[in-house]
Amino acid sequence: MSPEIAILLAVALPLVGAIGVVMAGPWPNLRETVTLAVGAATLAVVAQIAPAVMAGGRPAVTVFEMLPGLTIAFKVEPLGMIFALIASFLWIVTTIYAIGYMRGHHEENQTRFYAFFAVAISSALGIAFAGNMVTLFLFYEVLTISTFPLVTHHGSDEARKSGRIYLGILLGTSVCFQLLAIIWTWTLTGTLDFTDGGILEGKASAGVIGVLLALYVFGIGKAAVMPFHRWLPAAMVAPTPVSALLHAVAVVKAGVFTVLKVTVYIFGIDFLRDLGSSEWLQYMAAGTIVIASLVAMTKDNLKARLAYSTISQLSYIVLGAMLVNSWGVIGGGMHIAMHAFAKITLFFCAGAILVASHKTEISQMGGLGRAMPLTMGAFLIGSLSLVGLPPLGGLWSKWYLALGALEAHQLVLVGVLMLSSLLNVAYLVPIPIRGFFAEPPPAGDAHDEHHAHATDGIQEAPLACLIAIAITVAGCVILFFYPESLFDLMRQVAPIP
Amino acid sequence: MSMAGTSFSLAEHLPALQVVIPLMAAPVAVLIRRNTPAWSLAAVITWICLAIAITLLNRVLDTGTISYALGGWAAPWGIEYRIDRIGAFMLVIVSAIGAVVVPYARASVAREISPDRQYLFYAMYLLCLAGLLGIAITGDAFNLFVFLEISSLSSYVLISLARDRRSLTAAYRYLIMGTIGATFYIIGVGLMYMMTGTLNMADLAQRIPAIAETRTVLVALGFLVVGISLKLALFPLHAWLPNAYAFAPSAVTVFLASTATKIAIYVLLRVLFTIFGKADVIHVEDIGAVLMVLAVVAMFVASTVAIFQDNVKRLLAFSSVAQVGYIILGISLVSQTGVAAGIIHVFNHALMKGALFMAVGCVFLRTGSMSVSAFAGLGRRMPVTMAAFVVGGLSLIGVPATVGFVSKWYLIQAALEAGLWPLAVLILLSSLLAVIYVWKVVEVAYFQEPPSFRHDLREAPLSMTVPMWLLAGGCIYFGLDAETTFGIAHDAAGSLLGVLP
Repeated sequence: MSPEIAILLAVALPLVGAIGVVMAGPWPNLRETVTLAVGAATLAVVAQIAPAVMAGGRPAVTVFEMLPGLTIAFKVEPLGMIFALIASFLWIVTTIYAIGYMRGHHEENQTRFYAFFAVAISSALGIAFAGNMVTLFLFYEVLTISTFPLVTHHGSDEARKSGRIYLGILLGTSVCFQLLAIIWTWTLTGTLDFTDGGILEGKASAGVIGVLLALYVFGIGKAAVMPFHRWLPAAMVAPTPVSALLHAVAVVKAGVFTVLKVTVYIFGIDFLRDLGSSEWLQYMAAGTIVIASLVAMTKDNLKARLAYSTISQLSYIVLGAMLVNSWGVIGGGMHIAMHAFAKITLFFCAGAILVASHKTEISQMGGLGRAMPLTMGAFLIGSLSLVGLPPLGGLWSKWYLALGALEAHQLVLVGVLMLSSLLNVAYLVPIPIRGFFAEPPPAGDAHDEHHAHATDGIQEAPLACLIAIAITVAGCVILFFYPESLFDLMRQVAPIP
Repeated sequence: MSMAGTSFSLAEHLPALQVVIPLMAAPVAVLIRRNTPAWSLAAVITWICLAIAITLLNRVLDTGTISYALGGWAAPWGIEYRIDRIGAFMLVIVSAIGAVVVPYARASVAREISPDRQYLFYAMYLLCLAGLLGIAITGDAFNLFVFLEISSLSSYVLISLARDRRSLTAAYRYLIMGTIGATFYIIGVGLMYMMTGTLNMADLAQRIPAIAETRTVLVALGFLVVGISLKLALFPLHAWLPNAYAFAPSAVTVFLASTATKIAIYVLLRVLFTIFGKADVIHVEDIGAVLMVLAVVAMFVASTVAIFQDNVKRLLAFSSVAQVGYIILGISLVSQTGVAAGIIHVFNHALMKGALFMAVGCVFLRTGSMSVSAFAGLGRRMPVTMAAFVVGGLSLIGVPATVGFVSKWYLIQAALEAGLWPLAVLILLSSLLAVIYVWKVVEVAYFQEPPSFRHDLREAPLSMTVPMWLLAGGCIYFGLDAETTFGIAHDAAGSLLGVLP
């Protein structure tokens, strides 16, 4: 199979899968088999493209011309390759998890759930492989709309309210800022192709470039840079597999991926560094990192705390891009992978706790480690990877981000990264610690006996959930020992001088 | 355009047939006096009209403007039919909507119009179609007035055919406003005739520049622009539109919303760019600036009003007023991109509003109500209809992969090219208002349970859903592959502005 066909297949297969899921709707086992099979096929197809890209190739395919000069076209470069591999691999893992979760939690409308999930993955892959900004924007908006039914899955008033915030912020920022920036770029340059070294150099004054960069960074609402972050906590009303894959990986990573892509291939990092337009955005990102971490500490709801943690971690990547040097971009790109595996583990654990013990608040989770040792253990490992401790993958991305900050002579930002690590420890690690060492909370007098009985035995989540958790935990460890291929890919994006 | 030899070639007379066929078919439908045969006749005639329009468009694109002397009388004395790019494009838009609506109308009309009047609906429908096509095809300013009256009078009848008695007041109001508009137009034409001695648009264009500064011609221009603005429902002259759309039979709303205001926009283009083009009045007399301000106000005010409507048809009607604002905004920029953006939005808006009003018609067929609350639970009960509504709604918002995105793209590009970036921001901000009023309906349809006493709610018949999805599918198809439509719009704008031949 030629890489060109593989690109088209990768985007089309999940869509076909969505149709298959709908048709197999009445038979849950068949339906989940279809999802898994399509997921495996998609991953295989995406993996097929990888060798060519690692060897320096840039397979490209133009689908058709939408408007004169504006094409729907794909071109795979290393950054997109990384994103696509992560998204398609974790889709399978999440499907395994979802089978356990959705059945264990007796969710309704599961067919709709799996179908829109597949559409969302298709658009994530479309974003990853997009060859120009129009194609990227097309899939960006499809991703927003296809995830709306997933966020509002429960159909309750709370879901509807959150859905409004979700759609309002994501559509609002993308339409008001991002689209304006895209069309502006188009009128300035006459092209929107992602080009090495950028397309804007010499096309506009420094002031215009500064405005454009701000329009892009804030217009990419999926990157959740404050003050446009509210949609992410709102999206937590969704079932946990959605929060795990979409709001820790696919959707949010699509956002920061777009930021990186725009910085590198629309502006060009050398050009931006010379202009200095991105410096104030470094502080916006640094502010988001610290403030979101502080807010996370105040949240007692586990998923809400994880959501704010995600906002903070996303800004690591935005910061990496805004440092506009090779180390920063490499660190940002690697953090896409590192954070994906760590955060999805944490969400999987949060869902497992919900399914097995029906607990959502952290204050209720004291002593839970005795009933769910595997889950709590995995939560600890995921947390430590986010903190950036060896032997876990999170170390590497933080390392390179710090290098990037030093390279930019921004000691303050190095300090922010260190402070943020401490804050990570403060808001994540106590959860498993309390799980293992604290006493279970008194659950009312009448239930004492029952409760004592419950905490005696092991009471883990369904096996499918545990398998998924095991895979992502293994991912965190493997990424520590074998980060080379990731590093090599990113080095192609941002050559080290 | 001389006749080739003595042989009579049907192909040469297509411009006349385009109008004459539906015009002649209308009285036949009255004579038939039976509903089903009248419907069949309308179906056949409208699809023939579409075929003729497409043939004419292809011919114009291949060989340039067609000039046809009606009855063999040459231009200054006889009536000239003159088909250029924009005219041919309008013919296709009007006849395509006309052809798609007839199959849809069968079930809808059967529900909404009493059986003894249904054949009259088809007669009036054909008459209205003939009038609209005539406006697009004629090159004579007075003849245009005649067709304008034909289409207007028949549309008053069409609106008042609904069972809802409020349609009578709505039609009456439209009658008054429409007549004022048409009268203003004919006063303008009369003044121009007084000064130039011709009614032929091409001749007018030649003679106006020399006398453009005279008080009489300026007054004529004022009457023309205000009269046409009434017909195209430019804010604040839109007051007739919401009720006329809301209380008309669904099929009528679909047809009028997609064609009638659009053809009035075409007339405005003709007056500003063909007749007064060489005099450059749009710059000299600041008409452009006035139109731009009114357009922006329309975009915001009408969209805001739409948010607070409970009747979905009224909601969409106010949205139409706002969308007319976008079209006029493009035209007021007086650049090739801007006018092209306006023209392409005429086509795109016809598609999306057609699909949306058809969806509302389907809902009315099953629930008997047009209020937002009637949509409760329809996401499940009428999934095909609601999916079309969502597609149309996303087009209104301007989501990529829909026609609305193409329109918005070019409108913003035109604003930026003109150096008016605040305008670009206003366009984007106002499109967010569409999110609110579309999502208001979508939320009710997908999040609320249907009322417990409505167990019988089911999907609309295929005869309605297929035409609806033709338009909804068009919203997606022409949103992805906009090269053809944009190419035509861009060239049409070029020839209107005199950049292209």
